[in-house]
Amino acid sequence: MPSAPLFSLCELCSARKPFLRRPKTGQKICQFCFFHVFETEIHNTIVAASLFYPGERVAIGASGGKDSTVLAHVMKTLNERYNYGVEFILLSVDEGIRGYRDDSLETVKRNKDQYSLPLEIVSYHDLYDGWSMDNIVAQIGKKNNCTYCGVFRRQALDRGAQKLGINHVLTGHNADDMAETVLMNILRGDTARLDRCTEIITQSAESPIKRSKPLKYAYEKEIVLYAHYKKLDYFSTECTYSPEAFRGTARALIKNLETVRTSAIIDIIHSGETFSLQRHGGRNHAKKLVAGACERCGYISSNKLCKACVLLDGLNAGKAAMQIKLEDSEPAESTGETFVRKQLESLSF
Amino acid sequence: MTVPLTVEFSGGLEILFGGERTLNITLRPSDKQASSTIADLVKYLCDERMTDKRKELFVIEEYHVRPGILVLINDADWELEGEEEYVIQSGDQILFASTLHGG
Repeated sequence: MPSAPLFSLCELCSARKPFLRRPKTGQKICQFCFFHVFETEIHNTIVAASLFYPGERVAIGASGGKDSTVLAHVMKTLNERYNYGVEFILLSVDEGIRGYRDDSLETVKRNKDQYSLPLEIVSYHDLYDGWSMDNIVAQIGKKNNCTYCGVFRRQALDRGAQKLGINHVLTGHNADDMAETVLMNILRGDTARLDRCTEIITQSAESPIKRSKPLKYAYEKEIVLYAHYKKLDYFSTECTYSPEAFRGTARALIKNLETVRTSAIIDIIHSGETFSLQRHGGRNHAKKLVAGACERCGYISSNKLCKACVLLDGLNAGKAAMQIKLEDSEPAESTGETFVRKQLESLSF
Repeated sequence: MTVPLTVEFSGGLEILFGGERTLNITLRPSDKQASSTIADLVKYLCDERMTDKRKELFVIEEYHVRPGILVLINDADWELEGEEEYVIQSGDQILFASTLHGG
């Protein structure tokens, strides 16, 4: 005996069996209508923000995860359906995390064929003196490694885009991410970021490339359901190097709020968008960044060295220190077998 | 009456269950009950099938599915089916999908 009454039908088409309850509206709808409203809402977001112009070349930041896979699929679908005339290219960053990114990159490579979109992969290893995330974690441990990854990824996406001659990158940030960011900025008292974090297009003094988030109003639940019902090929494993603890707390809060009141997520984004913060000259003016270039790598930076170069300096200094320590205590790999034996022979127990 | 069913995990939840993405299960209702619900299934999964100690990644408090984990009953959103109170039917396919991982 089915627990739902037999006559329950999709609230949009009144013809088919409903498959889900939309968190945004509470409507019970069928898969067919779900695809339609989900895609159309994203199209409306794009049109309202005049996100693209015909002939524009746009990179889709693709990680192989659910958000960027859905983003790539929907962008391709809408581009064909509404003739945006946009040329999309998948852009992936290889952070060098064995057992995580190598597997997810395989997914992106399959997406490349499934959606017949070109793919460009840029790696930390190539961009940052051989420092992959595996190497970084081996040196600094798991604590704070997300800081490195965050700074490096931002720059890597920009550099990848520049390499392709593109100045617009789409990211898969969804409504849950947006709401979470609003809450985090409130909790941190970061008024400068709070002001901008809900904007669909972000162009900061710290990055030459425009970023935008076509999925900013799409609930995570609907993204997962869309990927599931469309049988999209995506990769879903937590990053080996643990998620940020603070983000985790805000995330849990968002998810709990959603359970109590599903519109909470969109409500928080709306609050974020309508905040009007008073400007009091001084502090904010002082904070305004002057865009210059990093003395070392030429990347846009308001300081002498860009953030990535500062982090690299630290890593390289640590690396040097570690090598000295290695030579002191135990032979390094390159020193050869004979040397190892000599060292062992000289040890007295 | 015993009820055979299939449980699937995705979105990283499989690591809590020994890496198994699919479990074939036969539920036996406790003496007092005539049937099993999703709540019974979740408790059973926690007590009998979970190989990872971190129960909090799957449930909050005493066996309530953690917010952020999507439950599909025969591909339908469990919110349409009565959530934890849904009475499991023979041959049902229940999917637990975490939405909490990165994108």
